[in-house]
Amino acid sequence: MTYLENKVKFVPTGFRKLLFLNWPLILLLSAIASIGFLMLYSVAGGSFTPWVDPQAKRFVIGMILMLVIAMVPIWFWRNMAGLAYGASLALLVGVELFGTVGMGAQRWIDLGFMRLQPSELTKITLVMALAAYYDWLDIHKTSRLIWVLIPVVLILMPVALVLKQPDLGTAILMLAGGGFIMFLAGVHWLYFAVVIGLGGGLVAAVLNSRGTDWQLIKDYQFRRIDTFLDPASDPLGAGYHITQSKIALGSGGITGRGFMQGTQSRLNFLPEKHTDFIFTTLAEEFGFIGAASLLALYVLVLVFCITSAINNKDRFGALLTLGIGGTFFLFFAVNMSMVMGLAPVVGVPLPLVSYGGSAMLVLLVAFGLVQSAHVHKPR
Amino acid sequence: MKRTSRETDDSTRKIGRRALFLGAIQLGFAGVLAMRMRSMQIDQADQFRMLAEENRINMRLLPPARGLIFDRDGVPIAVNDQNYRIVIVREDAGEVEAVLARLQTLIPLSDEDIQRTLRETERRSSFVPVTVADRLTWEDLARVAVNAPALPGIRPEVGLSRNYPLEDDFAHIVGYVGPVSDYDLSKLNDPDPLLQIPKFQIGKSGVEAKMEHVLRGRAGNTQIEVNALGRVMRELARTEGTAGRNLQLTVNAGLQNYVQARLAGESGAAVVTDVETGDLLAIASVPSFDPNKFVRGISSADYSLLTGNPYRPLANKSVQGVYPPGSTFKMITALAALEAGVIAPEDTVYCPGYSVAGGRRFHCWKRGGHGHMTLNDGLVQSCDVYYYDIAQRTGIEKITAMARKLGLGSAFDIPMSAVNEGLTPTKEWKSTQRGRDWTIGDTLNSSIGQGFVLASPLQLSVMLARIASGNAISPRLVRSVDGIEEPLRSDGPLDINPAYLRAVRKAMYGVSNTQRGTGYGSRVIDDTMLLAGKSGTSQVRNITAAERARGVTRNEDLPWERRDHALFVAFAPYEKPRYSVAVVVEHGGGGSAVCAPIARDILLYAMTGGLPPLEAYPSSQRDRIAEEQRNLPLRNHPATATASSRA
Repeated sequence: MTYLENKVKFVPTGFRKLLFLNWPLILLLSAIASIGFLMLYSVAGGSFTPWVDPQAKRFVIGMILMLVIAMVPIWFWRNMAGLAYGASLALLVGVELFGTVGMGAQRWIDLGFMRLQPSELTKITLVMALAAYYDWLDIHKTSRLIWVLIPVVLILMPVALVLKQPDLGTAILMLAGGGFIMFLAGVHWLYFAVVIGLGGGLVAAVLNSRGTDWQLIKDYQFRRIDTFLDPASDPLGAGYHITQSKIALGSGGITGRGFMQGTQSRLNFLPEKHTDFIFTTLAEEFGFIGAASLLALYVLVLVFCITSAINNKDRFGALLTLGIGGTFFLFFAVNMSMVMGLAPVVGVPLPLVSYGGSAMLVLLVAFGLVQSAHVHKPR
Repeated sequence: MKRTSRETDDSTRKIGRRALFLGAIQLGFAGVLAMRMRSMQIDQADQFRMLAEENRINMRLLPPARGLIFDRDGVPIAVNDQNYRIVIVREDAGEVEAVLARLQTLIPLSDEDIQRTLRETERRSSFVPVTVADRLTWEDLARVAVNAPALPGIRPEVGLSRNYPLEDDFAHIVGYVGPVSDYDLSKLNDPDPLLQIPKFQIGKSGVEAKMEHVLRGRAGNTQIEVNALGRVMRELARTEGTAGRNLQLTVNAGLQNYVQARLAGESGAAVVTDVETGDLLAIASVPSFDPNKFVRGISSADYSLLTGNPYRPLANKSVQGVYPPGSTFKMITALAALEAGVIAPEDTVYCPGYSVAGGRRFHCWKRGGHGHMTLNDGLVQSCDVYYYDIAQRTGIEKITAMARKLGLGSAFDIPMSAVNEGLTPTKEWKSTQRGRDWTIGDTLNSSIGQGFVLASPLQLSVMLARIASGNAISPRLVRSVDGIEEPLRSDGPLDINPAYLRAVRKAMYGVSNTQRGTGYGSRVIDDTMLLAGKSGTSQVRNITAAERARGVTRNEDLPWERRDHALFVAFAPYEKPRYSVAVVVEHGGGGSAVCAPIARDILLYAMTGGLPPLEAYPSSQRDRIAEEQRNLPLRNHPATATASSRA
C-alpha cells in the first residue's frame, strides 16, 4: 500500500532481481561460514564427520532459502510479520507445553529433517513484527507512552517464555534486539535513559541483597556471578570452561599454533568446542590474525547492513535490515565477550560458525529478508 | 496511514541518524573486543602458552631399578625379577566379563580376582589398565599371548619385583621390601618424590631398610601429553633415572646356608667372624622365614603361623637376642683380673665347692669342689669359685671395662634391624636403673656371666675375634658398594698385655683339647684346624624349692621355655686364628653338649670351605657325623660331600 506511494522509479523484476542482490553481503556470509567449516573440520580431528558434513548441507539449504526469500517483494514479508510473530509465539507456548527437553534447556520441535528451536525463530519474527509496527505507526505518536508500551509488551511476551525455558542468552538477545529497533524507530531517548537507569539500579540492588533477609536471587546464581568475575577461584568447577577457553585464546599468540595444532582443543580441554566455544579453537590455531580477521568479517556484515538500511527509504525495510544487523551484532559480540571472559557464560552461538542447525537456518532466512529489502527498496 | 513524502524523508533521516549512532556504538564495542584479543593473544600470550603447556604435559616418575645385593663371592641374595602381569583395558575389551571368563580357562584365576577386576574396571575410566593377575609364570603369559586374538583388551605387562633366591637364609640379615605406607611416610621425613608413587617398594627391615638410601637410586621422569580426561596421548621427553647401587655383603652364602641348616630344629643363633678383618661371614638365626612372602603380601594365616611359633622365627636372635653369656664371660673376668694385677696366671685359688660373700654361699657348679685351681685349670674346668675369688679382688668396674673393651655393650655400626647393645652393668647403672645399691653378690654373679650381664651372639663372636687376634676389630657387614670396598674398621692392637691374651687362648685350647675340658667331646684331631673354645650355660631361672621337692633336679625335666640357654664360643685354628664363632641355642641345656658340636662343625666348614671332612673328627664319632651330614637340610646338598669339599 504505502510502498506504491513512494516515488517508484525502477523496480527490478524476474531474474533481473538477482543482479540487484547485495552480493558483497552474500560473499561475506559465505566466507564466515567457510571459516566455520574449517574449524569444525579441525575440532573433529581432521574429519568431515560428524560436524562439517551436516553443517555444509544446512548452509546450502539456507542459502537457497535466502535467495528465495530475497526474490519475494518486501511488502509481502511486511504483511506476514504479524502472522509470523503470532505463529512463533504459539510455537514457544507449544514447546513449553509439549516440547522435548534436550541439552538441559533448549526446547525444539522435530520437523523430521531438522530440529527447530522456536526461540531461534522468534528472534527474527520479533524484529519483523516491531519493524512492521513502526512502519504502521504514525511517526508523531512514536514517543507517546501508550504507543511505547505496545512494542514493550511485544518484546516481553517471547522474552518471558524463553526465560522460562530457561535460555538466558536468547532472552538477552531478544531484549536488546527489540530495544535496538525501538531506538532506531525514534522513541525518545529519555525512555532508554530511564530503563537503563532502573536496570542498573536493579542490578545494584540484587548484588547488595546478598546475605540479607531480602536476598533477591538464589545462592547458586550468586556463585555464577562470582565465577564470572574471578574464574580462577574455581578452576575445576564452574570456572573451568572460562579458564580453559582463555588459556586456548591467549596461547594462540599472533599467528596461532597452526591449523589442527591447537593442544587445548585437540586434547579436549575446551568445552563445547564445536558450538559456543568454537571461537577459542580459531583463536588458538590461527592466533590474533585469525581471530581479528573473523571479527573484521562480522563488522563488515554489520557495515553492509547499516549502509543498505540508510539508503533504503522504505521504513519497514530499513528497520528490518538494521534490526537483523543488530541481532547479528549481538550474536557475535556476546559470544566473543563470553569466551574472552568479558561476559558471563550464556548460551549464545557464534553466528554461522558454531555447529547448529536452527541458528544457521534462521540467520540465513533473516539475511534473505535483508536481501529482499535491499532488492525491493524504492529507487 | 497516509504518509507524506516529507514525513518519509523525515523518517529516513531520523533512522539514518540513529543507525549511525548505534552503528558507532557497535563498532566501538567491536573495537573493545579487538583490544581484548590483542591484550590476551599478544601481550599475555607467553603466560597463556605456559598454562596450556602445563595443561597438557604431565610429569610421571620412572622408578629406578633397586640395587642388587650379593654375598662376598657374588652369589645373588636380593635381585629384581621380571614380574609378568596381565592387565585389562575396558574400552578395548568391550565385554569385560566374557573376556575374563575366557581368560580364566587359560590361567589360574579365582572368582574373587574376577569380581575385584570387574569392580575396578567399573570404577575407573575406560582407558585405564586394571591389573587382572600378578606374578604369572612365563608359561601362563605365553598362553595368554598365543590366545591374544580371542582376548581383546587383555595386555601382558612386565615390571620388576624384588626376589630373594636364598629364601630363609638371609631373611634376618637382608630383610625385605614392601610398599611404602603412611606410617613410613610420617616416620621417614624423606622428600623423595618416589615415595609418593602408590605401592612403591622400600626396605622394611634389615639391610634393605638400613641401606635404603644406597639401594633405592634416583627417579627418572617422563613427560607425557595428556588430554583433559588424563588419557596419555604420547611421550614428549624422557629422562632415565639412576639405578640403585649394588651391595656386596661380607657374608658367605654357602657358610650361611650351612649354619642355618646346622641349627635347624632349634631356636638359636650363630655368628661367624673373620678375626683378622672383622668381616661377618655368617649371621644365622633359626627358625627363619621366607622374605618373599612379605614382598608379595603375606597372608594373615601365614603371618599368625610366624607370630604364634614359640621359637619366634621373626626375631633376629643373632643381633637382637641378648642372653646372659654364662661361663663364656669368664675370659673377660680373667683378663680383667690379670690386667688389674690381682693375680698371675700361675697363682692358685682353692675351690671347696662354694664361696662365701656378703653372708651368702655361692656354689660352684661342682658341689664337691675343684681343689687348687690356676688360671688354666679354672677355665678348662670352668670352676666358678676361681672367678668368684678373682672378681672380688678386681671389682665390677674393671670387669665391665674389660667387657666393653672386648665388644660387649656395643651395638656396633652394622646395617641390620633392631641391633641390641645388651647390658654391661656398673654400680651406677644399678642405682639409677634399679634403685638399689650394687652388692658383692652382683659382682660374683657377673663374674660368671649371670645376673645382669646380657650379650648377643654377635657381641660374643666379636669378643672371641678380639681375644683371638689381639686386635680391636669391628664387625663389617657391607663389603663393597658398587664395587668400591668399604674400609675395614679396627682400632689397632688391644690395650691388653699380649702374654695374658696368650694365656687365656691357651686355656681355651685346653677346654677343647684336654681330657678335663668341657669341649673335649667336640675336639678336632686335624692339627692344622685345632679349636679353642669355651662353653656356657646360662640360667633362665633357678629350679625352685617346690620343684626340687617334686623331684625336678635336672634341667631336662623342666618345660622347654624354662630350660637353660646353651652357649659355646670358639676360634680356630688355634695356632693362627682365622675364624671365631658364637653359638647360642635357646633353652638348649648345657653349652658343651649342645653347642660345642655345632660350633666345631661351623668352624670346620669355614676353614675347609665345604662340608667338614670326616678325617677331622675323632674316629669314634665319624659314623654319627657322616649320618648327620647326610641328613642336613642344605640348599644344594653335595652328592659326594666330603670328597669335593677339600679344596
